[in-house]
Amino acid sequence: MIGPFDFALALGDDALVAAQRLAEWTTRAPEMEEDIALANIALDQLGAARLLLSYAGELEGAGRDEDALAFLRDDREFRNCLLVELPNGDFAVTMAKLLFLAAYQLPLYTALAGCADERLAAIGAKARKESAYHLDHASTWVRRLGDGTEESHRRMQAAVDQVWPYVHELFAPDPAAPVDPATLRADFDARVAAVLDEATLTRPESGWAPAGGRDGVHTEHLSFLLAEMQVLHRAHPGARW
Amino acid sequence: MVTDLRAAVAAVVDPEIRVVTIDDLGILRAVDEDPATGRVVVTITPTYTGCPAMDVIRADIRRALAAVGRPDADVRTVYSPAWSTDWISDAGRAKLAAAGIAPPSPARADNVVPLTLAVRCPRCGSPETEQVSRFGSTACKALWRCRSCREPFDHLKAL
Repeated sequence: MIGPFDFALALGDDALVAAQRLAEWTTRAPEMEEDIALANIALDQLGAARLLLSYAGELEGAGRDEDALAFLRDDREFRNCLLVELPNGDFAVTMAKLLFLAAYQLPLYTALAGCADERLAAIGAKARKESAYHLDHASTWVRRLGDGTEESHRRMQAAVDQVWPYVHELFAPDPAAPVDPATLRADFDARVAAVLDEATLTRPESGWAPAGGRDGVHTEHLSFLLAEMQVLHRAHPGARW
Repeated sequence: MVTDLRAAVAAVVDPEIRVVTIDDLGILRAVDEDPATGRVVVTITPTYTGCPAMDVIRADIRRALAAVGRPDADVRTVYSPAWSTDWISDAGRAKLAAAGIAPPSPARADNVVPLTLAVRCPRCGSPETEQVSRFGSTACKALWRCRSCREPFDHLKAL
């Protein structure tokens, strides 16, 4: 990852793909309040994605706007981390994914708020307030499920174990980036450890660390997600509601 | 002149919470006239990045200015400084409470999620309330209920 364009694109793609995945829960969440909560979090992610992709388009200077970047790129051109493209799984998997994403985005956006790039700083200052709510929401559920019944504990631990390998990619060093992701790891680990402790869950051993998202090498799940997200725009270019 | 224009824009109501204006909420940042072109320049800021009401607010601002003879308004959106519920005016808080929406407690400066002190029920005034869901009918609201009068109510989240 080199330069502000790639950086803004990667962060924008994280938010866009996370928004699309979370929106899949709409009308399917375990209770009405949760349905609304997940849709709200998806909307926050989409708002951040629009700002980041619009800015990426300006930095690139090739005339691509947010819609061109969201709807007219193929899977190999997306720079999101693998974590956000993984399927939702059961509710515990979705909450494990959200916990890790928010525990990464909160220190990331906070650091961005103090970076030299004024546009990225404004986006960071805005988005970090929303990330704090996402982290709080995911933490609440992880505690409730982990420190709940035998069955909820078993499924929450299984979800954490399943998703954990994908967090390492988020912190691959990039000293040239506006914020070096490696500098965020300690904050992430501290936040996650506190939640897992309270939830009576065990942090998995770190071993297998799949990566490639930042280079456009994705799991097959992203292709299916993009097909659904992009079909309308590609079938009816320039369509408006 | 700019004062009249500002009054016209300030009267635009929020499309999702129709009891308060965009001025009450602190969404309206500035109304100026571009000295070079003479165009009216309105600066607004969203409550949440993904707030779906922004397009309607822009259209309503243009309509309000067209009604006072200025159809060529330029509506700009800024994100810095980031909106905070602390920008909601006292008049705005009173209107929210009167409409059954508990106004936000003061936001904290650090990035920790604000812990709500006591949210008073906007209907009976009781502090015996509880949060049902942190996310509500719009991006900026949470769902609460009162343990005294048993009524559910919206609470504007501190941000």
